[in-house]
Amino acid sequence: MQKINMIKSEYLRGLVAKGMREGLRDHFSYRDIKLTNKFIPNAEGSTHVELGNTKIVVGIKMGVDSPMPDRPTEGNLQVSAELLPLASAEYEVGPPSPDAVEFARVVDRGIRAAGVVDLDSLFIEEDKVWTVFVDVYVLNFDGNLFDAATLGAVSALNNTKMPRYEDGKVIRENMTGKLKINNVVTSCTWAKIDNKLLLDPTSSEESIMDSRLTIANDKDNIRAMQKGLHGPFTAKEVEEIIDKTFEKSKNLRQIIEKTKE
Amino acid sequence: MTAPKDKPELMKNGKRHDGRSPEDLRNIKIEAFVLNNADGSAYIEWGNNKILAAIYGPKEALPKHTQDPERAVIKCRYSMAPFSGNEEHGSSRPSRRSIEISKITKEIFEHVILVEEFPGSEIDIFIEVLQSDGGTRAAGITAAAVALATAGIPMIDTPYAVSVGKVGKDLILDMDYIEDKYSDADVPMAICPRTGELSLLQMDGILSPDEFKKAFSMVKKAGDQITKLQRNALQSPYQKTMDKYSKEV
Repeated sequence: MQKINMIKSEYLRGLVAKGMREGLRDHFSYRDIKLTNKFIPNAEGSTHVELGNTKIVVGIKMGVDSPMPDRPTEGNLQVSAELLPLASAEYEVGPPSPDAVEFARVVDRGIRAAGVVDLDSLFIEEDKVWTVFVDVYVLNFDGNLFDAATLGAVSALNNTKMPRYEDGKVIRENMTGKLKINNVVTSCTWAKIDNKLLLDPTSSEESIMDSRLTIANDKDNIRAMQKGLHGPFTAKEVEEIIDKTFEKSKNLRQIIEKTKE
Repeated sequence: MTAPKDKPELMKNGKRHDGRSPEDLRNIKIEAFVLNNADGSAYIEWGNNKILAAIYGPKEALPKHTQDPERAVIKCRYSMAPFSGNEEHGSSRPSRRSIEISKITKEIFEHVILVEEFPGSEIDIFIEVLQSDGGTRAAGITAAAVALATAGIPMIDTPYAVSVGKVGKDLILDMDYIEDKYSDADVPMAICPRTGELSLLQMDGILSPDEFKKAFSMVKKAGDQITKLQRNALQSPYQKTMDKYSKEV
């Protein structure tokens, strides 16, 4: 999280109190979203996400592995996230911070709970299944990594090609098959600042927020939730956020659908 | 979330596999003042969960760069003993799951502790899961709240936590390990009982907005019982003395 000076923070709070915010947005709208697929042609699937000034690359690689012992006929899904030191002055070199761990786990939870990837289709033979590696790389941090990463990951998975597995080897030439996708999930992250709720916070808004709530949902159901930071939410606020999230996610799903080949 | 295929029958004629009704908690026992060296401590047995919580501080925050000149910093470590589960030997290094639970637990107590009272200091919360049977984060948070009170740390509220799960169409309170493993949704929540606000909210699985409302009301209802147990744990060590003096007067 970025630290900002008191003058900036009071200016932002003043705007929020008046129902305004930086960038001529209202409290319930997203910044511009741009998804670019096939950004990394070497990867089996990839998407470059721009959410305002937040920039993320999601790369997908397929590997062959043993299944989890309790799910012997299902493929594996592994989501990891890197907050690269080049993305913000606050990010440091070294083992993942608790923020980075939470970030990766929340993105993973939404995708897993919504059953985005058809894991049954990834069975190869006994004790051999495909593993889908989803790597989220943050290139430039300007807030709301959760939603940007979920958009990028789902869009990349939607356009992932399948290598072949022949005679104990993974063959990546002339990939024709596609990864089977069963569902689309998106997330909406809300910041609470002085008892006001703001969708899609920027990094300066995140630095003054009291708490944060992320709702991941598909068309009809909530699939994952995560509250963050010290501030509490009333049940009424949570219900309002859930209602608004279902309304806002329609557009996000359309953006993902548009990138589908 | 697709449950593994060998799913056992979790609900039968409105009863759960251990005989509980959907809105029943497991047996909960909380004991305060259990560790001598710690500034505050509590032990909780929540069903088959056995968890210790200990508090050290307020004390000078070290290393120095972690100090905040305006408030105390809260540090929290949730950890599971390698022998605590009923499966293989666990790792003693913190898992990604433990790191996340430590972070969200810390955030709950940053809200309730009057951190402005102790600038430059740190308050350590250690939660050690000795035996686990589902719902350890909730039990750990509930115990840590009691431990903080025994350490004499001023708080605006005594939070409790419990999770609601979904099995088929039924919402069930306080899942154990088996229910958690095969459930369709898991919603851990922590509540500040004075205001009724949520200070922890997580969820994964599948849940409709209406089911969330019902889950929240189940957690609120269970709160009366859990809050009472937390209070009793804090009061009962003094009960003998109180009885003695009330007789004399």
